[in-house]
Amino acid sequence: MNKTITLRNLKPGQAAIISRINVQGELGRRVRDMGLVPGRPLEVIGRAPLQDPVEIKLTDYNLTLRNNEADYILVELVGDN
Amino acid sequence: MADNSLVIALAGNPNAGKTSVFNTMTGSAQHVGNYPGVTVEKKTGVAEIDGRKVQVVDLPGTYSLTAYSLEELVVRDFLLKEKPDVVIYVDDASNPERNLYLAVQFLEFGTPMLIDLNMMDLAEKRGITIDTDKLSRLLGVPVVNTVARSSQGIRELLRKAVELAGEKRPWRAVEIPYGLDLEEGIDQIVSKIGRRADRWLPVGPRWLAIKCLEGDEEVIKQIRTEPDLAGELEPICHRITDHLRVTLDTSPEGLLAEKRYGYISGLLRESVKRGIVNRIELTDKVDRVLTNRLFGPAFLLFVLYGMYQFVFWGSAAPVEWLSGFFNWIGSSVLGYMPESYLRSLVVSGVIDGVGGVLGFVPIIMFMFFAIAILEDSGYLARMAYILDRVLRTFGLHGNSVMSLIISGGISGGCAVPGVMAARTLKDPKARLATILTVPMMNCGAKIPVYAMLIAAFFPGGQANMMFALTIISWAVVLTVARILRWTILPGASAPFVMELPPYRIPTLKGLLIHTWERTWMYIKKAGTVILAISIVMWAIMTFPELPDDKSAGWDARIEASASDEARSEIETQKAEAELAFSIAGRLGRFITNITAPLGFDWRTNIALVGGFAAKEVVMTTMGTAYSLGEIDPEDSTKLSERLRDNPNWNPLKAFTLMIFVMIYAPCFVTVVVMAREAASTISSGKVC
Repeated sequence: MNKTITLRNLKPGQAAIISRINVQGELGRRVRDMGLVPGRPLEVIGRAPLQDPVEIKLTDYNLTLRNNEADYILVELVGDN
Repeated sequence: MADNSLVIALAGNPNAGKTSVFNTMTGSAQHVGNYPGVTVEKKTGVAEIDGRKVQVVDLPGTYSLTAYSLEELVVRDFLLKEKPDVVIYVDDASNPERNLYLAVQFLEFGTPMLIDLNMMDLAEKRGITIDTDKLSRLLGVPVVNTVARSSQGIRELLRKAVELAGEKRPWRAVEIPYGLDLEEGIDQIVSKIGRRADRWLPVGPRWLAIKCLEGDEEVIKQIRTEPDLAGELEPICHRITDHLRVTLDTSPEGLLAEKRYGYISGLLRESVKRGIVNRIELTDKVDRVLTNRLFGPAFLLFVLYGMYQFVFWGSAAPVEWLSGFFNWIGSSVLGYMPESYLRSLVVSGVIDGVGGVLGFVPIIMFMFFAIAILEDSGYLARMAYILDRVLRTFGLHGNSVMSLIISGGISGGCAVPGVMAARTLKDPKARLATILTVPMMNCGAKIPVYAMLIAAFFPGGQANMMFALTIISWAVVLTVARILRWTILPGASAPFVMELPPYRIPTLKGLLIHTWERTWMYIKKAGTVILAISIVMWAIMTFPELPDDKSAGWDARIEASASDEARSEIETQKAEAELAFSIAGRLGRFITNITAPLGFDWRTNIALVGGFAAKEVVMTTMGTAYSLGEIDPEDSTKLSERLRDNPNWNPLKAFTLMIFVMIYAPCFVTVVVMAREAASTISSGKVC
């Protein structure tokens, strides 16, 4: 079993797979509508100059979200990096 | 006359190329309006195919068909109430998974539709091959390939759509398997709805059941209008929710979404092949530079400054022509019409009013053009990304920056386009806070007032004082925004999560269409109100007139004057007396009690009342009130000298007046635009 961390703690260049979305309501819906659902691979492209928000890459598109939103998204690290 | 018997609606994700498809289909035969009560743009057009004209509606881009955002609500309402004959779902073929998520929701909704796989060129570049026929069979709807930017396949798409629309098919929902737990709940709800389903047509009971489980606010509100039905459905929903939480540690909403994505994965496995393309996307390379920690903010400042220069330098000449033109008309009328109320009304009320509306048009046009470039290129989202952390501290959003800058964050902007620029903000609270605060920036019309006062009381310190005023206005705007978000607009901000679309080179046609339609909206919507207020302003500064005996007294003194100089001196004194006697003058005196702590006398107060018409009027009215006759805002030396020599004035009072001019009521054009933009945000019901 690979290590599970929150998306906030994922570092640029690290790849991971979403394992759980921990939020309901408006934010939960929005997150799912944007394609963030368990099983999806993603990678952190970078962070804004003040370390927040974060830019992530999914299969065919890029998203940005705030760190306090990334807290609700649990990811499982892929490979040995 | 267009044959409007067939209505085709375009739907899809933002950035899927919907607008390109729409522009290619309808050319310049477009019309932009708003959906009732909201700022969401409603674009309709007429397309012609094989000699037949059909109506095309470009629905706002959304990611989902819930009732979460204003756009989604608009789309759903349109489909339910207007029942278009067919929906063309514009799907970005280079991003099939997420785009199909919404397509599937449309299929579940049941409206007759076909799918347009757009951006096939980009998909190919990414090594994505889609078996169109297979996908069409799996989804049970026609699928057409297009590249809208180069018009490829659009005619074919339109022909297919018209053909399908002509069939007037009934609504038929596609059923997606949701697994045992959910299906059980759905079945129970469907059977409870039973015969009452007729009331909900054209949507089917299964869709209602899914929406109930999803907790869709709109649908639940509708169901509650039938208390007995609501009483039967709610326990089912609660039971399923509890069950899923205990057994799968998830919610119905979450599980429904996962199953939908699962269904799509299945579809894609059968119909899409991915070649191995192991290259870094151009967009990611560009992003490494443009959102770089050091270079990113520097480039952003450069873009903001460039945009500002473009908007205000670019529009300077046309603004000049327009004001010259209206002055010319004004003086022509003065020459041809005999002196009367009517002449005064026509010149000072109507012509100045129309001039006031149209005077902003070049600025607004250039501003919307600049925004269209930022939007269409994909950079706008990056601006939000870079600045969000800073602006969020004050309860604003990354994209508030454009409004802040255009309104006068760089001295000399204009709040009218600034307030309108807030349309790019999706977060309603941040948007309202932006609209309400940016008019306190130093717009171009406040600058002459500052310049006059600085020249009089702070000679030698011009640059420093101007800089100080800029800093003060930023501080005031950000502080007030923060206070608003703590008091009347409290609560968490809307989710920020957004797409960073791939960089694209905007097409000139797209930019021009965008610019023109938005500018036209301003002329149409704001124009009439502004003209009316302009007439009211004219009236309160003209009426009531001096009583006959007083007026005659002045006239006698003018007649008796010994020299031309003395004559004009007395004439300006008469003007002062007339102004003092008017409603505006009385208002000025009346509020003296209120402004006394600030040290403003009635003359300044009249000027401030007049400043509601336009900030430049502060100067001209002060000129009249201090018996100086006409003051040219560009050259205020006379007024400057008069104030400096006036014992009632001192630097502190001048400074107080400058700050007051900065933050008191915006000009009425701004107020009209603020009201329009804010009302639609509030009426969306997503604020309070």
